[in-house]
Amino acid sequence: MRTRTRRPMASLLAAAGLAGLAVLVAPAARADDSATTTPATPGASASASGSSSSDDAPPTEAGTNFRTATPVKQGQQATASASTGDYLYWTFPADTGQNVTVKATVTFPSTAARHGASTWQIDVYDGLRRRQPCRYGMQTRTAAADATTVELACTLRAVRSFAEPWSNDPLRGAYYLRLAVLDMPQTDLGLPVQAAITANSHGTAGRQAVDGSVTPVVTANGPDLAPSGGWAGTWWSPRWLWTGGGGLLAVLVALGAHRLARGPVRPFGPRTAGEPVRPREPAGYSGSSGYSGNSGYTD
Amino acid sequence: MIMRKLPTAGAVCGLLTLLACGPLATGAAADEPAAQPAPKVELVLDVSGSMRARDIDGQSRMSAAKQAFDDVLDSTPPDVQLGIRTLGADYPGNNRKTGCKDTRQLYPVGPLNRTEAKAAVATLAPTGWTPIGPALLAAAADLKGGDGTRRMVLITDGEDTCGPTNPCDVAREIAAQGVHLVIDTLGLIPDASTRNQLSCIAGATGGSYTTVQHRQQLTSKVKQLVGRSDERTVTPVATQGAATCDTAPELKQGLWTDREMFSENRWYRVQVKPGQELRASVSVADDRAVNANYGVLLRGVTVHGREIVRDDEGGTGRTDAVSAGIRYPKPSADSDTPAETVCLQVGNSFSAPASVKTTPGLPVELSIDLVKSPDQPSDVAFFGLGRGWWLLGTLALTGAVLGLFTGWIARWRLNTGRAL
Repeated sequence: MRTRTRRPMASLLAAAGLAGLAVLVAPAARADDSATTTPATPGASASASGSSSSDDAPPTEAGTNFRTATPVKQGQQATASASTGDYLYWTFPADTGQNVTVKATVTFPSTAARHGASTWQIDVYDGLRRRQPCRYGMQTRTAAADATTVELACTLRAVRSFAEPWSNDPLRGAYYLRLAVLDMPQTDLGLPVQAAITANSHGTAGRQAVDGSVTPVVTANGPDLAPSGGWAGTWWSPRWLWTGGGGLLAVLVALGAHRLARGPVRPFGPRTAGEPVRPREPAGYSGSSGYSGNSGYTD
Repeated sequence: MIMRKLPTAGAVCGLLTLLACGPLATGAAADEPAAQPAPKVELVLDVSGSMRARDIDGQSRMSAAKQAFDDVLDSTPPDVQLGIRTLGADYPGNNRKTGCKDTRQLYPVGPLNRTEAKAAVATLAPTGWTPIGPALLAAAADLKGGDGTRRMVLITDGEDTCGPTNPCDVAREIAAQGVHLVIDTLGLIPDASTRNQLSCIAGATGGSYTTVQHRQQLTSKVKQLVGRSDERTVTPVATQGAATCDTAPELKQGLWTDREMFSENRWYRVQVKPGQELRASVSVADDRAVNANYGVLLRGVTVHGREIVRDDEGGTGRTDAVSAGIRYPKPSADSDTPAETVCLQVGNSFSAPASVKTTPGLPVELSIDLVKSPDQPSDVAFFGLGRGWWLLGTLALTGAVLGLFTGWIARWRLNTGRAL
């Protein structure tokens, strides 16, 4: 009967292992490593505290260059009123293993009539001000003269914790978003527009988890950006679950295969009918004497 | 028992207090506001005769501007030092030479007395010419001194016809003097040439240009621009790059600014200690009309001329700046290893039509960071760990083969009568 009870237990273990694998959402493994703290340039601390005073409410202004870019949290909608022709800058933090999608909406107020189509574009730059390509999303779009809004989107490559210095792979740290009009009739220059942007991300389940970790690419010459829970620790990745679960699975499969190949063993257990077990042959057995194959089994 | 429990309880309580107070204490220390120099703003208002025109929501341009000023003066942030300058307010005559010098400081840049400022604005009546260039120069002089941000908001309804210098060139010269002055321009019902001139002034200094058609729009825009001066940002330090690395200035961590001519290369030097990572970002802004194709190059080179890292960015079409960035991690070494001198080359491939003045050079902003260098990873994958169904399949298959093998051995031993 021991086999009957052990099998459900084994399957329970296997299920638990697979469930562990299935839950590939990175848990809140947040830990600020000491490497993230860098000495700030004099004056930068003030900029950090200046931005933190309005941390709770979404920003209603946008910066006009990299230096004055307005900090935004992920998931927050930042708005700004601007003039056609302005370059609007925001900056937001992105952590390891995030697929970031940036969306921008430009709304044209009805009070100012426009004279022709205008082309709008969002550009995303990393913390080193290197332009980042969009994997997909309408990064550039032309709005007709009578359009009321134009929507732009850009999905970045997955953020990594390490990259070679020669590559421009996206690293964890600050990202800059620039919204600008590329082309418009000269008569429409300076007309009011409303802009709204959001940066959202979803995880990569460890798909891009690489070894090594670069200090978050946040300049000390600007606001001190960090995700709301601090930068994720560099010791966690769903790969632990995959590898650990894989080991567990291997052990369970090995146990099962072992039992299958060995066959049932019941040295002291009760014998069930219909299950032929070869009797142990007597030491002095000789094939020439009378054959009695079933001698051991008398019901 | 009680005696033994008490110290434990005390220890737990102490730990809790420590946990509760620890973050609070550090938070309080971090939130301490640092003293910032007061930002300075000067509103430059056109009081020329054309401001009489009644075409802003049925009001005259002048009264719309006055009402906007009243609202703005009420909502000016307390730490902002605000001044008001007029142009064309005093000389009603036809003498061009006199009319083109007509600019006056209505209210000095300093701590704001709202009543006085409003009273001064109320006296204004549309009068004279539109000498934008001289007004900009005078306003730049008004804003001199101090380390805070400087901003000028120019409100006008016409272009500068005084000549001979284009006010756009004047604005660029002011910006190139290293006073970090931004000029925002607002055009009241502008015509094409006014719009071009005002947007050129704004573009030359990194400001914004707005077309104003309604009074409410004027008020909110001026408020927004005055509020922008209150931004807390690092003020860049002026430096001058050299033509070669040997003579280049040495930069430390911080924000630097320079002016670079069209298609010029400039060199800077940075000391990178072992275990440090150099991060350099550069933005070159086009503050005037440039040709359609352009680029920026940033290289990190050893003193012997070997290239370590490079980044370049090109582009086409309308832009405010082109930027590039590099990082150079230097592995840890013994403490007596000297710092390495890294030469930074900043080049641009901007070009301009022949009609455009090429002096002063294009504004360059260089950000230098020195952070802890990352450790060289031993494997491409995270701690060498695996992921995915192929990994699980391989592990399961290995387990199955191993299990079957040991199972067969066990069966063989069972069948041959050996003990398990």
